[in-house]
Amino acid sequence: MSATPETSAIRADASGGPLLAVEDLRVGFATEDGRVQAVDGVTFELEPGEVLAIVGESGSGKSVTAQTIIGLTRSPNSHIEGSVRLSGEELTTQSESELQKVRGSKIAMIFQDPMTSLNPVYSVGKQIVEAIRAHDSSVKKSKAREQAIELLGAVGIPDAERRVDDYPHEFSGGMRQRAMIAMGLALEPSVLIADEPTTALDVTIQAQILHLIQDLNRSRGLATILITHDLGVVAEVADRVLVMYGGKVVEQGTLDDIFYDPQHPYTWGLLGSLTRLDQPRPHRLPQISGAPPSLLNLPKGCAFRPRCPHEFGKCKEVPGLDARLSEDPGHRDRCWLQPEQKRKLREIEGRIGLEEPA
Amino acid sequence: MLRFIVRRLFGAIAVLFAISVLVFLIFNVVPATNPAQRIAGKNATPQLIENVEEEWGFNKSLPEQYWTQMKLIFTGKVVSYNSHVNVDTRIREGIPATASLCIGAAIIWLSFGFLFGFLSAVRAGGFTDRALTALALTGISMPVFWLASILLYYLTYKIELFPASGYEPLSDPGKWFSHLILPWVSLAILYAGFYSRVLRSSMLDVMNEDYVRTARAKGLSSRRVMVRHVLRNSLIPVITLFGLDFGVLIGGGAIVTESLFNIEGVGYFAAEALATQDFPSIMALSLFGAFFIVLFNTFVDFAYAYLDPRIRLGTSAT
Amino acid sequence: MPPESEKQGTEAPIPTGTGASDAGSGIESDGARVIDADAGDGRQGGGPWAIAWRRLRRNKVALFSLAVFLLICICCLLAPVWANHVADTGPNTTHTLEKLHEGGEVKEVVEPSGKAIGPQWFAAGGKFFLGADGHLGRDEMVRLLYGGRSSLFIGIVAAIITTILAVIFGLLSGYYGGFTDTVISRIMDVVWAFPVVLLALSLGIVLAVGGLVIGPIHVKQSSLWIPTLIIGFVYTPYMARPLRGEVLALREKEFIEAAVAQGAGTTRILFVELLPNLMSTIIVFFTLNIANNMLLEAVLSYLGAGVQPPSSSWGTMISEGFGALYSQPLLTIIPGTAILLTVLSVNVFGDGLRDALDPKSKVRFEARAGTAEPEGSAAV
Repeated sequence: MSATPETSAIRADASGGPLLAVEDLRVGFATEDGRVQAVDGVTFELEPGEVLAIVGESGSGKSVTAQTIIGLTRSPNSHIEGSVRLSGEELTTQSESELQKVRGSKIAMIFQDPMTSLNPVYSVGKQIVEAIRAHDSSVKKSKAREQAIELLGAVGIPDAERRVDDYPHEFSGGMRQRAMIAMGLALEPSVLIADEPTTALDVTIQAQILHLIQDLNRSRGLATILITHDLGVVAEVADRVLVMYGGKVVEQGTLDDIFYDPQHPYTWGLLGSLTRLDQPRPHRLPQISGAPPSLLNLPKGCAFRPRCPHEFGKCKEVPGLDARLSEDPGHRDRCWLQPEQKRKLREIEGRIGLEEPA
Repeated sequence: MLRFIVRRLFGAIAVLFAISVLVFLIFNVVPATNPAQRIAGKNATPQLIENVEEEWGFNKSLPEQYWTQMKLIFTGKVVSYNSHVNVDTRIREGIPATASLCIGAAIIWLSFGFLFGFLSAVRAGGFTDRALTALALTGISMPVFWLASILLYYLTYKIELFPASGYEPLSDPGKWFSHLILPWVSLAILYAGFYSRVLRSSMLDVMNEDYVRTARAKGLSSRRVMVRHVLRNSLIPVITLFGLDFGVLIGGGAIVTESLFNIEGVGYFAAEALATQDFPSIMALSLFGAFFIVLFNTFVDFAYAYLDPRIRLGTSAT
Repeated sequence: MPPESEKQGTEAPIPTGTGASDAGSGIESDGARVIDADAGDGRQGGGPWAIAWRRLRRNKVALFSLAVFLLICICCLLAPVWANHVADTGPNTTHTLEKLHEGGEVKEVVEPSGKAIGPQWFAAGGKFFLGADGHLGRDEMVRLLYGGRSSLFIGIVAAIITTILAVIFGLLSGYYGGFTDTVISRIMDVVWAFPVVLLALSLGIVLAVGGLVIGPIHVKQSSLWIPTLIIGFVYTPYMARPLRGEVLALREKEFIEAAVAQGAGTTRILFVELLPNLMSTIIVFFTLNIANNMLLEAVLSYLGAGVQPPSSSWGTMISEGFGALYSQPLLTIIPGTAILLTVLSVNVFGDGLRDALDPKSKVRFEARAGTAEPEGSAAV
């Protein structure tokens, strides 16, 4: 059972519409303490060659969203609604074996900790070869191995000829992540989803990996979804940004939109907690007070209300994700405050930030 | 790798040595009665006791005693004073029977253990899993003689489906087989239950690992993920356990099963020796058993290194 | 908007991790792992113990097993009550030449052929509830209850001994490391390498003749303490090793560093900081150890290296009954079933306990007891 008749016609045509279209995605899990709605109505699009960053704290739903795109969250306790279309082809209704053809070859995903994300008992080369041959068993092992060596070289691993037979634990952290990326690229996917690719790495290595991702994006036109909690990472590579909170998208826009004209108090908080060299030093390290909401027990109305110093009556109603700036329809947010109010309230000591609640 | 092997071998020898000392201590130093008397057995005349003291070195210092006794045992000169049988010969005669019993049972329990464990893990939480778990727990909780007695009573006596006892050599395969079926089942049920649980929990642990998620994300088929990634990595604890268990059994550990079914192997001999308090035999058997355990322990270590390259190559700094 | 997929989960994608053997007690999928639903105050509060308790409460099967076990214990404790008030006899009193006059019939307790009377249930007012044993004509039920006392005593007390020793050795070995660790570990290795049953048997046999004499302490050979001490000692490495492993892991954690920085003494660190974190492992091991011990005791007694006459236990009863297996199978089957039920109930409860305390527990001590055969290792 595959795509519906209307969409199969546009399957091969990427130029007409977005490469990846996620519409009203909802993912709920049954846990022993009740039902958890991890993703609650997420909608976005990814254009070919674009880098989209999804930002949020743990529990915001960003990883679940990403994993759901390629169907990794399917299980007897998960409940998935909504639509995910790749070049027009609907993925949520595909069977497991059909999705297996998409995974790795059309959409590749890499994960946070390369140490645990690679099987320790097989060499890196073997794992790359496995990926290649899983999608085309006619490729001979020797050919696939050559490809693996090429890939390792392409991601900047020196002495790839020799290293292809090394085991994951014989690589350093940064090299391991590069190897993971090489494995992701093996089948020349059109989308790369990188789930916190730099979080487990040293800061200096982080920059290298981000550069690598940026290079790959530019040289191969590889559309990328970059998931992170670190706005600094976002500033490096993203074209557009999605800010998630409590399972919903609370703000989305271009990189400039988010950094220079953020509309949602949560975004202000995230920006405010960045330490920046080009701005006056704050008196103390700002943070967003409170804790991320428990997904078992989301606050009524706007999920950010308990932590927002600017909340007022209307916040008891769930705000819609709307474009509230007439001049910029691509920039949407979920905050009832008026744009002028927002511009005023977000300025703290000469920089953008979030006040502590009174 | 070579260094690893050498280190392990040395370790094994050291442990064997320590065990021999332990055996020595248990049988000679711990007890309250005269050791020579015990060795000489129940029908000992004073003259015999004196001879034993001489031969076994009880009138000498402890280290000398140890050396004398170990020499006796290892050169196969230990004779049971009760039964006048050379212990060494007796053990050797018993090996085919014990081997037949253990290997056959092992094949059965590994097959079922794997099958049930695998099914349980794949359908974890569901009805299959719960049923198989209940089965496994029951198997684990059964005293071997309870099971054996039921099998013996109902299947050899009430309905004469199988012969009750004895071991028939391989020269007559039909008889060999029919005589071993019940003991195999008895022995296997215990272990099968345990192994299925071990495999199940090992697989569940592995299924949660990040690399399994990566394997799925690469687009590998469910079967390939299950076998090449989950199962492969789940085997380590199972193999470790099997090595040890098998080592124990083949060293004469199937004492109860062998005596219940009259299979005159090493375990049977051990039961006899215990019943008649035949200390020379018991000592020799203890060492024999311990030897196999250490041997298989070492095999397991090697298997472990083969299966997990991190052990083999040593984890490098990351 | 496309309809929700009917294909979800039907093709059995790899189930993402459930540690629970009981479907009711919660299954966390891959997504839940990612979203960390534990964070925040949405959960009904309580620390890990409260959470574990709640999980356990939901596991009806485990609770039922616990009840069964407690019931068995109580029955055995009340052995004298049954003996004196119902069966009117003691565990060692023979009734070879007696006759039973109930229900208008006269039956010989022990027929001339040596065959003893079968289970009467309540026909004779509770006398010979389970029949008489062999040619000695003793009341089987009374013997069963008294034998149970021995078996349970040994099982539980040996478990206590093992736990205490294992905790001490595990803590010392894991925390101090270095020389202490090496010495203790080597000793454990040797004991561990010795086949459990063989070791226990050797000790048992040796001590059966003459009892245990350590300086002024003289333990009679018929005392229950001998098998208890042996079993307690023999299983220590199986518990000490995993505990040592956990201590090694915990030792590196920050809260220990913090305690040291605050000037906490070693005793304090061991008992106040480390020990509580080991409790869940200890509890589970302890429970499953009881099961193992009872099975080991049965084997030892059966082979003559355990409980010595005149004391009796379920193991000795089986040993005695085996001679008459074909004529009176019940004499073997009854005590064996008693062991099976008791051990099974402990195992099921222990299993549920482990699931409640940590569904994805990495340190496991499976109930290895089923092997009357010597075991290589019980810890996985």
